[in-house]
Amino acid sequence: MVRLRGPLVAWALTLVLLAVSTVTMIAFQDKGFVPVKPGETGQETLPATPLVFVAYAFVWVALLGYVVLLWRRLGRVERELDQVRAKLQGRT
Amino acid sequence: MKQLPPLLLVIAALMFMRAPFLIDAVRYESTMGLVQKIFYFHVPAAITTFTSVFVCGIASVIYLVRRTRTADHVAVAAAELAVLFGAIVLVTGPLWARKAWGVWWTWGDARLVMTFVMWMVFVAYLLLRRFGGPGSEVLAAVAGIFGTVLVPFVYWSVNYWRTVHPQTTVIKTLPPDMSYVLSWCIYTFLVLYAALLMIRTRLEAGRATLDDAFLALED
Repeated sequence: MVRLRGPLVAWALTLVLLAVSTVTMIAFQDKGFVPVKPGETGQETLPATPLVFVAYAFVWVALLGYVVLLWRRLGRVERELDQVRAKLQGRT
Repeated sequence: MKQLPPLLLVIAALMFMRAPFLIDAVRYESTMGLVQKIFYFHVPAAITTFTSVFVCGIASVIYLVRRTRTADHVAVAAAELAVLFGAIVLVTGPLWARKAWGVWWTWGDARLVMTFVMWMVFVAYLLLRRFGGPGSEVLAAVAGIFGTVLVPFVYWSVNYWRTVHPQTTVIKTLPPDMSYVLSWCIYTFLVLYAALLMIRTRLEAGRATLDDAFLALED
């Protein structure tokens, strides 16, 4: 019974710490994104337009580039497959 | 079945075409303004990355247990797509951060660093498959599972560690108009992902068949 006391205290302390950290997290939780009110405009210091443009351009170019590349790779493999199959059929 | 991936690609393309109009029309966020609109592609890309990582992890487990070639093909396809969508997350994130936080990147942020580490695991997976030689499938499958285990840590890192990154609760608290646009973009990315996964798996299966055919030709 005496041996069990140490681990029990450790478990109890862990549970208390977990409970305290959870309550603290909930209390200070981010309120989330708040949409701007009608007619209100924010003060811009660093222009955001180039950043947004580059972000969206990168996504489009990366995805489109990957689709084209994938299609070409697939075409090449299927062409090679047809050639090898033809050679195999020629043997038999 | 062969017609499904091109059909999904067309649907995804149409959804992608509509997305910029929806993003343009939705209200600005009050503190970040225009730059917050990167969120509408950044978050769907992150969700798609997590999905792909999970697909790779599950396929890797199936491969290790049953040694089925299809599972291995799916795992390779999913790993490559995880790297692609992960790259989008890692590029769009700093572009947003530059305006919102004043820095491109911070090594002290748990979410950023863990996302980068997870991405590197899948780059390592692809390098293993490319240069590992015979038997690298098993080692790569283990790497895939290791990468999958990182996902919960990446996802909840913003809630448990000190970070400047928005918390996961942000999505739940979005007003309906912002939420609608985000949902549209998430579905767009997921439809595209489904199409790409099917096509990439077909490519991998084709390569395996080609290897077998070359061996048969040599015999």
